[in-house]
Amino acid sequence: MSTSSNNSAPLGARSAVAPARRHRGTKVRRQRVKAAWLFLAPMLIALTLVAGWPLMRTFFLSFTDASLSDLGAANFIGFENYLVSENGRWFGILADPVWWQSVWNTVYFSVVSVSLEVVFGVIVALILNAEFKGRTIVRASVLIPWAIPTIVSAQMWAWMLNDQFGIINHLLMTVGIIDNPIAWTASATYSMWAVIMVDVWKTIPFVALLVLAALQMLPKDCYEAAEVDGIHPVRVFFKVTLPLITPALMVAVIFRLLDALRVFDVIYVLTSNSTSTMSMSVYARQQLVEFQDVGYGSAASTLLFLIIALATVAYLYLGRNKIQLGGD
Amino acid sequence: MKQRQLAKIAKRVGFWALIALIMVYAVFPFYYAVITSLKPSSDLFQVELWPSNWNLDNYAQIFSQSSFIRAIFNSVVVAFSVVFIALLLGITASYALGRVRFRGRSTVMLVILGVSMFPQVAVLSGLFEVIRALNLYNNPLGLILSYTIFTLPFTVWVLTTFMKELPMELEEAAIMDGATPWITITKVFLPLMWPAMATTGLLAFIAAWNEFLFALTFTLTDAQRTVPVAIALLSGGSAYELPWGPIMAASVVVTVPLVILVIIFQRRIVSGLTAGAVKG
Repeated sequence: MSTSSNNSAPLGARSAVAPARRHRGTKVRRQRVKAAWLFLAPMLIALTLVAGWPLMRTFFLSFTDASLSDLGAANFIGFENYLVSENGRWFGILADPVWWQSVWNTVYFSVVSVSLEVVFGVIVALILNAEFKGRTIVRASVLIPWAIPTIVSAQMWAWMLNDQFGIINHLLMTVGIIDNPIAWTASATYSMWAVIMVDVWKTIPFVALLVLAALQMLPKDCYEAAEVDGIHPVRVFFKVTLPLITPALMVAVIFRLLDALRVFDVIYVLTSNSTSTMSMSVYARQQLVEFQDVGYGSAASTLLFLIIALATVAYLYLGRNKIQLGGD
Repeated sequence: MKQRQLAKIAKRVGFWALIALIMVYAVFPFYYAVITSLKPSSDLFQVELWPSNWNLDNYAQIFSQSSFIRAIFNSVVVAFSVVFIALLLGITASYALGRVRFRGRSTVMLVILGVSMFPQVAVLSGLFEVIRALNLYNNPLGLILSYTIFTLPFTVWVLTTFMKELPMELEEAAIMDGATPWITITKVFLPLMWPAMATTGLLAFIAAWNEFLFALTFTLTDAQRTVPVAIALLSGGSAYELPWGPIMAASVVVTVPLVILVIIFQRRIVSGLTAGAVKG
């Protein structure tokens, strides 16, 4: 933050000199703009190749009956993948209860896990913000869950949550909270909680670090004032700290929310294709790859894309006063 | 007076208890994976916090499988290539976006932000087509190409914020000396950008090392897989119980490099994550 104020001085200095060499400046400028586009070109080409074009193709394929084995032989079938009425009955994704189940699962998963991550993330950040011996070690170990591949953390938790030999059932039974082992990853009631547990464990560090960065930029003087006035720390948190870190929290929430809405790995490994935890991404991939139905799967992907885009726009619109996106 | 002291001590104890709780919560699953991987298979189903017997059988078993060694090799190649490409394209693009004012700049930034946000599944079928058309299906090169979708936007974004903060005089001096933009990048900015590049490179490496969906979809045979896919698909001869010992051993093998990276470079990683998010 201090760097930006450093920047303004040379900027001001430059504009003061500019008129004297305007003629040359424009020539240099034109050359620079040309170079800028030249330098951007490789990145733009790469992004078009892996993002722009494939996205367009996915939209297009969602209106066809393409299959994975022969993508070329696709016929245009309009909205049939989405919704079609045959002999008075509705077919297509929008009439598929499994799709709606996966939408609900994804939304439920996203809302619950992001809320838990924010609450615990803030708590962890507040603790890491205090000064104590060994803070570096604690901070490094808090980062570990974030660095572990999702697949690995899913496997580690699958082992800990194993119904017969898992340590979690063992502990819960020893303490006496449960009498019989719980089939965490197989039962329809608990498997979503198992997924949420793993995701929360893995992403608290991310939220905590973002919040911590915001906490460390807070002005010290209002805390000193609060302390002098003898205001209770909890009140100080809700009246001073929380409003000040809200922008950082909003950014953390949108990053996490976008991540959660496209969740795939953890669910695929922990509970494979079970419908009680299936997310939209798992549904789309299952149609695409396992059932080889590229048209139908692309339609699901398109809907997922639209839902996420809508969620983003809505979030940015609602939070427009609190966050400033964009580098400038 | 006494009561206040007591309250102070209680507060300190509570504080350290919380820290201990956080540490255990963060580290325990990894610790448990390590001890499980060291247990002989006869002890595997005995729940204990410290193994009574231990050996390296599980490690010997996974390293005797050529497909696992091959997967590690693939992962290393893919992750390093992805980092190299992302940095190469990222540094030139970030020079353009961070140092030059031109029309369409904010549009490009917005596009980059948009790409970094959209779900991988949304491009899955289209990308599958592209990869097949380029004849890269079931080939690590296909993964290297497809991973630019999530490493490149992030790299460009973070490098641009770093690039913007470099002082203007440097570049002016170079322009006065008649340096072309390319010379300015390589001779003036590159030496100053190393810390930022190390940070974004690390994050790109971790992202590429951990990626699963593309790796699962765009590869078919054991010889072309990356480690996350190999671990997810590890299953023993028995259909009833998974080979937890080898799975944990493989998990530890792929995680240890990351844990070491995190411990050594935690400051860099934190600054990269927050630069990407807070400033973004």
